[in-house]
Amino acid sequence: MRMRRRSDLPLAKDASSRFIPWIVALMIYLAALALAGALAANSAVERWSRNLLGSLTVEIMPPDDADPKVRHVRVESAVALLLGTPGIARAEVLSDERVAELLAPWLGSAELRELPLPVLIDVRLKAGTELDLKALAARLADAVPGTTLDDHQRWLHGLVALGRSIELIAAVILALIAAAAAAVTVFSTRTALAIHAGVIEVLHLIGAQDSYVARQFEWQALALALRGGVAGLAGAAATILAAGYFTEPSGAGLIPDLSLSLWQWAALLPLPLASGLIAMLTARATVLATLARMV
Amino acid sequence: MDQTEPVVRFENVGMRYGMGPEVLCDVSFALPAGSFHFLTGASGAGKSSLLKLMYLAQRPSRGLITLFGRDIATTSRRELPALRRRIGVVFQDFRLIDHLSALDNVALPLRVAGAKDEQVREHVAELLAWVGLADHIDATPPVLSGGQQQRIAIARAVINRPALLLADEPTGNVDNDLAVRLLYLFDELNKLGTTVVVATHNESLVKRFDHEILHLEGGELTRVPASRRTAAS
Repeated sequence: MRMRRRSDLPLAKDASSRFIPWIVALMIYLAALALAGALAANSAVERWSRNLLGSLTVEIMPPDDADPKVRHVRVESAVALLLGTPGIARAEVLSDERVAELLAPWLGSAELRELPLPVLIDVRLKAGTELDLKALAARLADAVPGTTLDDHQRWLHGLVALGRSIELIAAVILALIAAAAAAVTVFSTRTALAIHAGVIEVLHLIGAQDSYVARQFEWQALALALRGGVAGLAGAAATILAAGYFTEPSGAGLIPDLSLSLWQWAALLPLPLASGLIAMLTARATVLATLARMV
Repeated sequence: MDQTEPVVRFENVGMRYGMGPEVLCDVSFALPAGSFHFLTGASGAGKSSLLKLMYLAQRPSRGLITLFGRDIATTSRRELPALRRRIGVVFQDFRLIDHLSALDNVALPLRVAGAKDEQVREHVAELLAWVGLADHIDATPPVLSGGQQQRIAIARAVINRPALLLADEPTGNVDNDLAVRLLYLFDELNKLGTTVVVATHNESLVKRFDHEILHLEGGELTRVPASRRTAAS
């Protein structure tokens, strides 16, 4: 495809030819960031959901007397009860160090030494198992008083809602950006039609179809939008890489991983092309609609 | 189109701009295929308006116009380009496209009709040489004189051998020798079958070429046949 085509209309000299690529670049920059954010959030939610689905956490509050033997017996009883329950594949007691590590982002590591930590048991279910969680929780509480069972549903619902919200917001942002790109194209095309009305009239009088005139506008719009789109995507890529680099050290679980996988990068690549197509089709529709009102 | 059908037919045509007075009143005439006519009249007599109706830049306020056998009132917008491609127009103000070279300006009717670039260049260069602009093929209109621009406008009008050639003061900016040469070009096209209408103030040209005159005065048209002029002279 040859992008520099001979044009009967001096569209490249119009003021809009200078500012349109900048506007499109900004739009694609924002669109790419919105899309990347949605993809990263979606990945994080999926990752968290995968980890939480099919797992339970049993929490045994530390006894008042804090006798290690009593504590050991309570934990062993709970583990035995869990492993004796059909459908449970594994019940692993988390070490104190691991519990401290999990709580450190919220409570700080220094203070943890002073606090009585609960015992956490990570329970994995066999695939496709549907447990009566209420009954299991009651049996645990009977066998080991002070025990609670968390099936993470509260977290899961929250995460899924968060993921869907981010996706919805990103979709709305993309739609708004597409609408704004179309509006800018309509405005600049109408301006160019007014500026070049004389030349367009000559083209008509020597037998040009409306589509001949429209083609000149659509190629120009495509070229400008592609130029701006590629620049905007390059800027967004740099920003995403920088965000991924700077958030990596704090990946203790509070902030989702902002780096994108290969297919997620691939999902961003069509954005300049999409901006080009929107500009091209909008310019064509605008020219044809405007010329249809002429003699 | 039937060969005996006039190329242009006006029946009781009236035209006004907006709510203004009629600039053309009850104009009726028919131009047979292959005829040559001068269109004369004082400034403001309606010559340009009559030509605009013929090259489909304006619609009449009333009356019937047929071009190549087609009633233009019932011709759809989509069909107009095909009709316009059969008409060559030399505009009074040339209406060249400033950023295009002489070659590209002249080539426009061919490109609009879908001709390939390789077919265009040789054909256009030959015509530009004929009108004396062989050395100005790549020049843009703003760097050319009025006379040179006029010759480009004429070359553009005749490049695709139109069936109807309309020229609005085509010799206004050229010397008498070139004016005569250009009229001979029109005459040659006419002999090949093109119907020609030349609006002009140049009486010496009108006298030199023995063609029928369409004379406009006060928006009304009278015809002065060539034979009567020859007899009178």
